Amino acid sequence: MAAQRTIDVSQLPTYAFGHHALTWWATWSMLLMEGTMLLILVASYFFLRTGVAHWPPGTTPPPNLFWGTLNTIIIVVSFFPNHLAKKASENLNLQGVKLWTIVTFAFGLTFAVIRIFEFKNLNCHWMQNAYGSIVWFNMGFHTTHVLTDMVDTAVLIVLMFTGPIEGKRFVDFSENCIYWNFVIVIWLVIYATIYIAPRVL
Amino acid sequence: MEARKEQSQVEKQAAVAVPVEREERLHEALEKTWGDQPGLWGYLRSVNHKTVGKRFIITAFAFFILAGILAALMRIQLSRPENKFLGPDLYNQIFTMHGTTMMFLFAVPMMEAMAVYLVPLMVGTRSIAFPRLNAFGYWIYLFGGIMVFVAFLLNSGPDAGWFSYVPLAGPAYSPGKRVDFWAQLITFTEVSALVVATEIITTIFKLRAPGMTLNRIPLYVWAVLVMAFMVFFAMPTIALASTALILDRLVSTHFFNPAEGGDPILWQHLFWFFGHPEVYIIFIPATGFISAIIPTFVRRPIFGYTALVLSLISTGFIGFGLWVHHMFATGLPRLGQGFFTAATMMVVIPSAIQIFCWIATIWAGRPIFKTPLIFVLGFFFIFVLGGMTGVMQASSPVNLQVHDTYFVVAHFHYVLIGGSVFPLFGALHYWFPKFTGRMLDERLGKITFWLMFIGFNLAFFPMHILGFKGMPRRVYTYQNLPGWATLNLLASIGAFTLAFGVLVFLINFFRSRKRGAVAGNNPWNAGTLEWATTSPPPSYNFLHIPTVAGRDTLWTQPPDQPVVVGLKTDVRQVLVTKMLDGEPDHIEEFPKPTLWPLIAAITTTGLFIGSIFTPWAVVWGSIPVAISLIGWFWPKEKQSEERAPREVKERLARRQQTEGGTA
Repeated sequence: MAAQRTIDVSQLPTYAFGHHALTWWATWSMLLMEGTMLLILVASYFFLRTGVAHWPPGTTPPPNLFWGTLNTIIIVVSFFPNHLAKKASENLNLQGVKLWTIVTFAFGLTFAVIRIFEFKNLNCHWMQNAYGSIVWFNMGFHTTHVLTDMVDTAVLIVLMFTGPIEGKRFVDFSENCIYWNFVIVIWLVIYATIYIAPRVL
Repeated sequence: MEARKEQSQVEKQAAVAVPVEREERLHEALEKTWGDQPGLWGYLRSVNHKTVGKRFIITAFAFFILAGILAALMRIQLSRPENKFLGPDLYNQIFTMHGTTMMFLFAVPMMEAMAVYLVPLMVGTRSIAFPRLNAFGYWIYLFGGIMVFVAFLLNSGPDAGWFSYVPLAGPAYSPGKRVDFWAQLITFTEVSALVVATEIITTIFKLRAPGMTLNRIPLYVWAVLVMAFMVFFAMPTIALASTALILDRLVSTHFFNPAEGGDPILWQHLFWFFGHPEVYIIFIPATGFISAIIPTFVRRPIFGYTALVLSLISTGFIGFGLWVHHMFATGLPRLGQGFFTAATMMVVIPSAIQIFCWIATIWAGRPIFKTPLIFVLGFFFIFVLGGMTGVMQASSPVNLQVHDTYFVVAHFHYVLIGGSVFPLFGALHYWFPKFTGRMLDERLGKITFWLMFIGFNLAFFPMHILGFKGMPRRVYTYQNLPGWATLNLLASIGAFTLAFGVLVFLINFFRSRKRGAVAGNNPWNAGTLEWATTSPPPSYNFLHIPTVAGRDTLWTQPPDQPVVVGLKTDVRQVLVTKMLDGEPDHIEEFPKPTLWPLIAAITTTGLFIGSIFTPWAVVWGSIPVAISLIGWFWPKEKQSEERAPREVKERLARRQQTEGGTA
């Protein structure tokens, strides 16, 4: 039998970070979908805005600034431990991953608790009018992402301590950080929309 | 020159004359690793893209037949004036179910299903990316379809039209659960479409055979890539819209309630921002079928590959800028109407480029008129006609005149059936030998075509005229006005002829599956990679991952084209390549068969259906969903333990060494 020319791939690595990894594409796919959803949500907010003379309609005050702004500061600061967790994952540094992921998780937990006060200070109810509906929809959308990310992160933290830690696990750790970054970015958009826009527009 | 450079890069890694492993032994080992397990247990756990793809195709076809039966019932009702066969309430449910099923349970899933089966074969890999997600996507789609049909059989079928316009679909005018089932069906289909789109994009970007650079990707694969990206931007919109609708109905929000500052027009914007791209989500993969079929049957490479790819991509973009042309009757500002008229006419340009490239390919080739090619020629005739009426309606004054008449019904059936179903039937005839290992009967195939072609035109051409005569769509009966009865009867006869054509196809399918001529690997002498393996392909697709040296790989490759070796045979290893140039990058291990996708689909279904009846289902239902997803994700300890030392400890040790060395 004639010799077949071959390419031997047996020495290639068995995991990779960033856009080399398959799961990176899945993560970004989800961010694309959810990002589209965010844009449509915000567009709907402003579309409904055009229907009435005053915004918020009638004598409703806009959401109280305090808790929302506090939460914005917290989530922006959480970018830093999150980033360090991502770098630690890419360096296969398990101690660093543990530390910074737990710090980020603590930030997330604080954020989620303060979110309760945010809801109490929205000054509107979803049943009240379309304004109330779209404000709650935006808040609900973001809160869902916060909770989803918290559950993901909790599962990964458990795995960090139980092991076994293979290469792919570090890829998971680093991509979980991408998701939290997304949660930060969409919050900035939603904060600007429901807290700032009614005050300046 | 550039091609030669790429070629040499691939060759550089080729070791000289390594003896090939014994093929028999290799086959057995791979089959043991990649094959489905037997029995019901194996059936429910399968994650093989071909098994799931076949299920997907058959399920989508079953929904096509169900929706076709609903259409036949409507045509019986409309075959003569003042007919009493169906009452108005049932008729409303039937036309809604027909449209909803055709769009959400047949067209989109069918296009994805074909991609799920074909894309990994066409790019030369062993599996689709994220095979468990793929199985999940199928189950969730199946459960959504079953849910809406059960609701329909219990007289709770949606009845506000496939686009469920508010206020008709809102809580005030549609009490009961009918529209809620519609809204949740959308959620099911959308979840399925989104996960499959993710798999398709990742497979195409990261799992191509070495040497398959971007400009060597088969056109069909380009087409589904564009489709998948369109799904990303279109489906979330409808997900959001249907959620807002169900919130209005269940927890008294006011998104679409004008009395409380809501706006029904918002629904139309959201729906059509999804709904128009949806048409292209269905049409673009069909153009991929055409670009795959034509070169094979005219015996030459496609003319204008780059122009075709660019047309696909620009259609994908322009498709998102047209939605308002569905809303000309809502009294939008004139300037906006003018803009969307222009945008609608603009999308004709890439479509025309595609058609001219195909015609040029046929012109320069030596056509062999087998059934798949005949369906493509039928497509030209019907789709161009539908495109013409499309250009007519792009103009907003004409649009206003024919709005909500049978002219519109005629138009969109011409573009959808012509643009999508005819190429699909061509594709089914074309790839049937690959799916089953046997040929469809050529004579029955041609009978199928002519029955469908004549039946289609007889059914839908008279509807143009009915529209001009003023017959509105979605009426369950009509008075005996001049000319209406004859044209409607003609349409009904046509519809049954078309249905008969589909029946002949089914007969052909069942006969040939067992008794058709044996196909062999490449019965049509086609040029793309799926024809390089056996028919039907083995569970692992290719004995050796191939490498690629040009477009239409099988036509252009030299006899000594290298193959990939070194993938393990006892685990499901897949070669990951670089996105742009297709160079080998790393190796990933894919999951074994598992029940988790089915469990996750069941828990998700519980949440979705529960939420129709109580909003609290979203809260309580999320717990089993979370548990099933965590169970799915949880690493298998044994495999991980094997990999951990090699992947982490050794790599760290190596790094320390080099760092120590430099210090």
